[in-house]
Amino acid sequence: MTRYDKDQRVPVTLTVNGREYRRWIEPRLLLSDFIRDELGLTGTHVGCEHGVCGACTILLNGTPVRSCLKLAIDVGNGHITTIEGLVKDDEFDALRQAFSENHALQCGFCTPGIVVSVWDALKHASDSDLVDWEDVLSGHLCRCTGYVGIRQAIKALQAKEGGEAKA
Amino acid sequence: MAWIGQSIPRFEDGRLINGHGQYIADLTPVPGIQHVAILRSPHAHARIRRIDTSRVGTVAGVTGVITGRDLLAVLAPFPVGVPRPVTYYPMAIDRVRYVGEPVAVVVANSRYVAEDALDVIEVDYEALPVVSDIEAACQRPPVALHENVPDNVANHREFTYGDPKSALHHADVLIRERFVYPRNTAVPIETYGVIAHYEQSTDDYTVWANFHGPFTLHSVMAHALKVSTQKLRIKTPQDIGGSYGVKSAVYPYMVLLAATSRLLGCSVKWIEDRLEHMKASSSASARISYVTAGFSRDGRFQALDIKQYDDVGAYIRAPEPATLYRVHGNLTGAYDVRHVHLENYAVMTNRVPTGLVRGYGGPQLYFPLERMMDIAARQLNMDPAELRRANFIKRDQFPYRTASGGIYDSGDYTAVLDTALQASGYEAFRETTRNLQDSGPMRLGIGLAAVVEPSGSNMGYVTIAYTPEERARQLPKSGAVSAATVAIDALGGITVQIDSAPEGQGHVTVVRQIVADVLTVPMESIRVIAEMDTAITPWTISSGSYSSRFAAAGANAVFSAAQKVKTKLLALAAQQLGLDNKTLRFEEGRVWGVQGATDLTVKRLAGLTHWNPAGLPAGISPGVYETSYFSLPNVDPPTAEDLINSSATYGFLVDVAKVAVNTETGKITVLDYVTVHDAGRLLNPLLADGQIYGGLAFGLGSALYEELRYDEEGQLLTGSLMDYLVPTASEIPESLTVLHHHTRAPGIPLGAKGLGEGNVMSAGAAIANAVSDALGVEICSLPLSPRAVTESVMKKGGRG
Repeated sequence: MTRYDKDQRVPVTLTVNGREYRRWIEPRLLLSDFIRDELGLTGTHVGCEHGVCGACTILLNGTPVRSCLKLAIDVGNGHITTIEGLVKDDEFDALRQAFSENHALQCGFCTPGIVVSVWDALKHASDSDLVDWEDVLSGHLCRCTGYVGIRQAIKALQAKEGGEAKA
Repeated sequence: MAWIGQSIPRFEDGRLINGHGQYIADLTPVPGIQHVAILRSPHAHARIRRIDTSRVGTVAGVTGVITGRDLLAVLAPFPVGVPRPVTYYPMAIDRVRYVGEPVAVVVANSRYVAEDALDVIEVDYEALPVVSDIEAACQRPPVALHENVPDNVANHREFTYGDPKSALHHADVLIRERFVYPRNTAVPIETYGVIAHYEQSTDDYTVWANFHGPFTLHSVMAHALKVSTQKLRIKTPQDIGGSYGVKSAVYPYMVLLAATSRLLGCSVKWIEDRLEHMKASSSASARISYVTAGFSRDGRFQALDIKQYDDVGAYIRAPEPATLYRVHGNLTGAYDVRHVHLENYAVMTNRVPTGLVRGYGGPQLYFPLERMMDIAARQLNMDPAELRRANFIKRDQFPYRTASGGIYDSGDYTAVLDTALQASGYEAFRETTRNLQDSGPMRLGIGLAAVVEPSGSNMGYVTIAYTPEERARQLPKSGAVSAATVAIDALGGITVQIDSAPEGQGHVTVVRQIVADVLTVPMESIRVIAEMDTAITPWTISSGSYSSRFAAAGANAVFSAAQKVKTKLLALAAQQLGLDNKTLRFEEGRVWGVQGATDLTVKRLAGLTHWNPAGLPAGISPGVYETSYFSLPNVDPPTAEDLINSSATYGFLVDVAKVAVNTETGKITVLDYVTVHDAGRLLNPLLADGQIYGGLAFGLGSALYEELRYDEEGQLLTGSLMDYLVPTASEIPESLTVLHHHTRAPGIPLGAKGLGEGNVMSAGAAIANAVSDALGVEICSLPLSPRAVTESVMKKGGRG
């Protein structure tokens, strides 16, 4: 195990949304705070800092993780995609449209985290292995929508891709 | 094209989905901001013997520290609307009264460093006895929490309407029951956040916060800061990450940060963490209600007597004790009952002070009232739906003045009930369960609740906490007002400023619909500014987002301001064309006369007022910048007889819940849920349904899972989201039906009533009624956790 002094700064290199960032940081800096405060990517939200609400969900090396439960130095050399990275993808328009048409958000605070998880689930879904909305949303809390619009948006997206979401 | 009434997806969405929302934590509105961490009391009740902050300065990066006593130099206690106010500051001074109460504030160059410095502060506490039980707190007070209130009762009032004593005496059937509504809270996913800047040279404060009103609290804050009100400028961020009422109670922290900025001479920022939020933000009031209801043998509801004890926490804090009074005008719900006796106690305990949480005062009233209707139905051997129908206010009785002074403006309660019964297949389900043999642990039940949903609070209702004699010595308070400005610039760009400080409701979209309709212009030409700035936004004390007031108040302020613009531009058009303005109208952004379209457009007319004001006729002022203060009707101060119309308008809803209860595990499954609403005209049905789904999820959470639980020492047991359970997607039934009736609000131009809180008021009762039906046990407390259910089953087994 590596030991660090209390006031030591440690170099970290991370690729975020396709761009490489090098920073000297405190070893205790949370990944969520690194993304927000060091990089200024404020689309990743912090709601509970104990891994329950899911608002801080990002993709780390292609897998959804809660950025509030990781230290930035622990994911050195990793590839991260935040909401700001997803929106650059041409296919994101369909997701944005489905969320809006189905009124899948109100205050929008939980939304980027949910969108990251839904995006990942849709990427990995196929005709034989459909998106299980219950599974995707189990790691997210939303207090505005009662999840009804979010469920509908996922189903709409799945239907568009030629299948029917597991309901 | 009429946009009002259409399901328009929200203009807000793209920005929020893309992660481009601007919430308080994202903002750096002034340079040199330092970060705040707050040391909090580990005791529910203790004397502070000594606070040693001497080592804080040894932590690299710390700017300074302040404790409660430092605040005395710059703050006055918060005012509160009760005859016996207690001394309440945003930080403890010599004595702590709830776990999590602020004790010291550290300011540093980062939140991490500020939290480090909390560790080197030493506080010597002398623990005191803890007051936790609401009734015991006032009946056998073990200790007084505040010297001037020896019985811990911050407010006590008694009301008599009609002749309840005689009516109860002559009733054939009396129902008496004790109900307990728990402490629960809103849990927005974004916590509180505040940024404060004190300008020493001019002695004024600017505070950014995810505060959404009521802006009456602006004067409360200014009073605490000992400045005249123009010296406190409050700004809200573009986006607020949900509130459901609870962020109105961020205001003590706004004052705390403002004072900190002044005392330490730097701008400061504080973002609350989740544990702080659960412990020390705010919560709904817990309530114990004793209900006595008198019925005739044929089911006529004759009289109601309620004694209610609210747990308002360690300090009675504005706008409390309003939980007790927000529904005062609709105390008798949907029923025609003329004899009412009510006794209210606001009791202080060693828990976090209470405040607004979605439904505010509604669930605490309707859980007992609607449960009591089912208990009565069973005793009278009537169907619960039919007992309700028999006692509903009838369609031809509107406007209906309730015994306590509410003026129900419109409705058709029977029709809504019929729709709900039909949509849920009520009769068929009853028939099925009647014929079911008890086999195995599963039981089926069905339950309903009928709720009159108030919206657009009358600012005068809070003063009913005072007796008529006390009120007579004060200036009267009343009203439900909202303001809006519609402006058109020199090239026809339209900007609308609103005063509702929304946190997800979609006001920007609805405002565009309204203004586009009035001026017949594309929605794309309209920009809506929803951020509040008390220095420049037209606002009033009742501005803000609370009491479901946007559809009734805010939307009509916008409508009225847009009408003013239209009137002005048509007057100018009449002069230009040499025609009578009564013959002119707008269509597709162009002026039309009886002969058809003219050359004049909204853009051109507005341009004239900017580019060539010298050419304007008498009576037409330069520029287009029209502000309206819209006042809802029928919201007078309380009368000497204690009659109060506590809200401007009243919608209605009926819920029908079907449940399966496992008597062995205590698990409740909601099989099907039907909710039928009558909120008048819907301005945007897509958004209206979204509010209902969200409100219902809240209601189901409070019915089944949510409770802030404390141990006997006053320690919070549910400080994380793993302990305080809010519904996830899996807990929301898939079989969910929302239907609407559309009885317009007659006194309101757009005809819309508020909605979004109703199901928080109804779901607890509907679910508890269904579970009571399933188990044959009368459920009298919430939430219906598995343990609560199995205990009820065992209690019944023990009796049988």
